[in-house]
Amino acid sequence: MNMIQALNDAHKVVMRADEDVVVFGEDAGYFGGVFRVTEGLQKEFGKQRAFDAPISEGGIVATAVGMAAYGIKPLIEIQFADYIYPGYDQIVSEVAKMRYRTAGEWAMPMVIRTPYGGGIFGGQTHSQSPESLFTHIAGLKVVVPSTPYDAKGLLIAAVEDPDPVIFFEPKRIYNGPFDGHHDRPVKPWSKHPASEVPEGYYTVPLGKASIVREGDAVTVLAYGTMVHVALAAVEEQGLDAEVIDLRTLVPLDIKTIEKSVEKTGRCLIAQEAPRTSGFAAELSALVQERCFYHLEAPVERVTGWDTPYPHAYEWAYFPGPKRLKRALEKVMAD
Amino acid sequence: MSDKDPSLRRNAPKLALHVPEPPFRPGDAPDFSSLKIPAAGSAPRPDIAAPAAETHPLTTQLVRVLGDDSKAVGAWDPKLDPETLRKMLRDMITVRIFDDRMYRAQRQGKTSFYMKCTGEEAIAIAAQTALDREDMHFPTYRQQGLLVARGYPLTEMMNQIYSNRGDKLRGRQLPIMYSDKKFGFFSISGNLGTQFPQAVGWAMGAAIKGDSRIAMGWIGDGATAEGDFHSALTFAAVYNVPVVLAVVNNQWAISSFSGIAGAERATFAQRAVGYGIAGLRVDGNDALAVYAATKWASERARSNQGPTLIEFFTYRAEGHSTSDDPSGYRPTNEAKSWPLGDPIERLKAHLIAIGEWDDERHAAANAEADATVRAAQKESEKLGILPEQGKNGVETMFDDVYAEVPWHIAEQREQALSEGRD
Ligand SMILES: Cc1ncc(C[n+]2csc(CCOP(=O)(O)OP(=O)(O)O)c2C)c(N)n1
Repeated sequence: MNMIQALNDAHKVVMRADEDVVVFGEDAGYFGGVFRVTEGLQKEFGKQRAFDAPISEGGIVATAVGMAAYGIKPLIEIQFADYIYPGYDQIVSEVAKMRYRTAGEWAMPMVIRTPYGGGIFGGQTHSQSPESLFTHIAGLKVVVPSTPYDAKGLLIAAVEDPDPVIFFEPKRIYNGPFDGHHDRPVKPWSKHPASEVPEGYYTVPLGKASIVREGDAVTVLAYGTMVHVALAAVEEQGLDAEVIDLRTLVPLDIKTIEKSVEKTGRCLIAQEAPRTSGFAAELSALVQERCFYHLEAPVERVTGWDTPYPHAYEWAYFPGPKRLKRALEKVMAD
Repeated sequence: MSDKDPSLRRNAPKLALHVPEPPFRPGDAPDFSSLKIPAAGSAPRPDIAAPAAETHPLTTQLVRVLGDDSKAVGAWDPKLDPETLRKMLRDMITVRIFDDRMYRAQRQGKTSFYMKCTGEEAIAIAAQTALDREDMHFPTYRQQGLLVARGYPLTEMMNQIYSNRGDKLRGRQLPIMYSDKKFGFFSISGNLGTQFPQAVGWAMGAAIKGDSRIAMGWIGDGATAEGDFHSALTFAAVYNVPVVLAVVNNQWAISSFSGIAGAERATFAQRAVGYGIAGLRVDGNDALAVYAATKWASERARSNQGPTLIEFFTYRAEGHSTSDDPSGYRPTNEAKSWPLGDPIERLKAHLIAIGEWDDERHAAANAEADATVRAAQKESEKLGILPEQGKNGVETMFDDVYAEVPWHIAEQREQALSEGRD
């Protein structure tokens, strides 16, 4: 299965298990979404549970708030993460704070799915990685899967979670893992071990990272698309690096990170989003606070640049394996 | 050559903006004689199953029931029994007295903030009287009357105002931002406009589940300019949502008059026309008209005939909040000149006109409400007032961010507690 199919399967699993789960979003009903993640849902579950929404992200999130208050579990799609901003006020001011401001009387269990990231020549409004705008908001959980197996298990866990979850889907690896080289043909997920997706129900718990490659030389922290770039860079460099896929940014699996950095003494953080105030900055501060006496070199960050996403310069913008390799050299130098 | 060079287009007229100004500013004598006020009873009442367009002429007029002689007239007369009328009057009196006492409590430093709904009491009280107890409100901060009409304990409201030990919201909300699920009163947000699409969403949920309860959303005239207003109407129209959407046009959004939200060009009720939904413009100081319109809209929603946008036309008689001084932007006697009168006085006069009330009973009702409010206040203050409460229970500050406390918040709680209060 590719990630789209895995996510589609997750929808079917949760919608069959819980008839309060309702799916909607722009083009998400009849057609099944522009990326086809919600394909077939309307056919199986009917128009009351899977439907198209007006092009109004604020309206989509706000009506989901009302539905959650009613007792329905909205699993909504924002067509591209770049368009989450018109719904941002609702997410930040309403969804995130409802449990707190009502002292638990009204919770907002909902999942807001949205494809994020670059690498598909989407220009500046189809390529952004806005996860840090959400990790900064108390009350939200933030999930970024990197494999079809995780995508399905994490989405099911997200739907079951009592708190609101922002679920970022790395669209660059919807169809196959990314080796970071745009000039090479994309390998399909079917040739990748993480594409094994079991039938039916299973979860990947929120708040647990996965060590996707064990090693002693350096810890590489990554999530989403960058997990694949990190793996490629590490292999090409021939380094005995430990690569950790965070899977969930909030809550963060700090123990796995600490343990690894204490072992390796070095840490490189990779994110696709722009550098300034990105989630990598938070990770870097945490590692510095908690593992300072184990560190043999300064923590290193590889990120997108602090510019809007440039269409024509996509590959110069995207933090690919070349940039990672240079950073690995630096972090290994001392 | 600069873009700004005026010599470039010397013969073309100079462009200018129109910035709306209210008819009267401080020092002016308010004169509302140019306001077109149709006679009570003159508006037709379409069938609840009528196509939305049939209501559209009603978006520019005013549905009014109580005439100058205080009698109820016309097709919109809800023909309420005297007991219901008296209950509405008593509730409106309670709200006004409650507001006065809480306003004073704020001035005495017992809480941080308060907002009155003086002059608008008929709207929340009569609207709720027209709805079922099980229906759901997505209110603004000026609909405390909904809680009063539903018999919500006044002490509980005050606990929330004082953020005291009895505050079910654990001191997390501004005073007047009440919340109570059991009473069908959704948590009030500080962000204007949000209740509208949320009400639509709740009603969508009810429709998806085949429920028979409906939702009512509330917004101020100023806040109709928020995007949320428009997304709410879009969703309500698209899915024919069983919702009643109320715009309380009290003429003022803090210091900005309703023209700043677009009222010079079209009434707020007229916004319904562009969305193809039913719209009504109602005298908000006429409790019977408010009742009748809400009842009509709620029956329409309940029978799957679709949403209604109602504009309640009223006037905010007092300041916006305890932080506002309206004498800085409008004549001080403007409220008294409001041609639609005071809602309590109008309902009182009606009850007297039909022989179901008199001045003695009115005085007694006032005294009774006053005693009830005082007793509730005493009860609530036993549980503390805001300045004390900030010292207690700091550890609870870290609860309810998530269902379970995650490690990073648990660490911060430890730190806050070990640092004490410096
Ligand atoms: C999104 C947002 N912007 C600004 C404010 C500040 N604010 C609070 S009340 C208010 C005026 C609201 O006027 P209106 O909607 O007419 O309601 P009213 O107070 O008259 O009942 C403003 C600007 C806010 N609370 N939320």
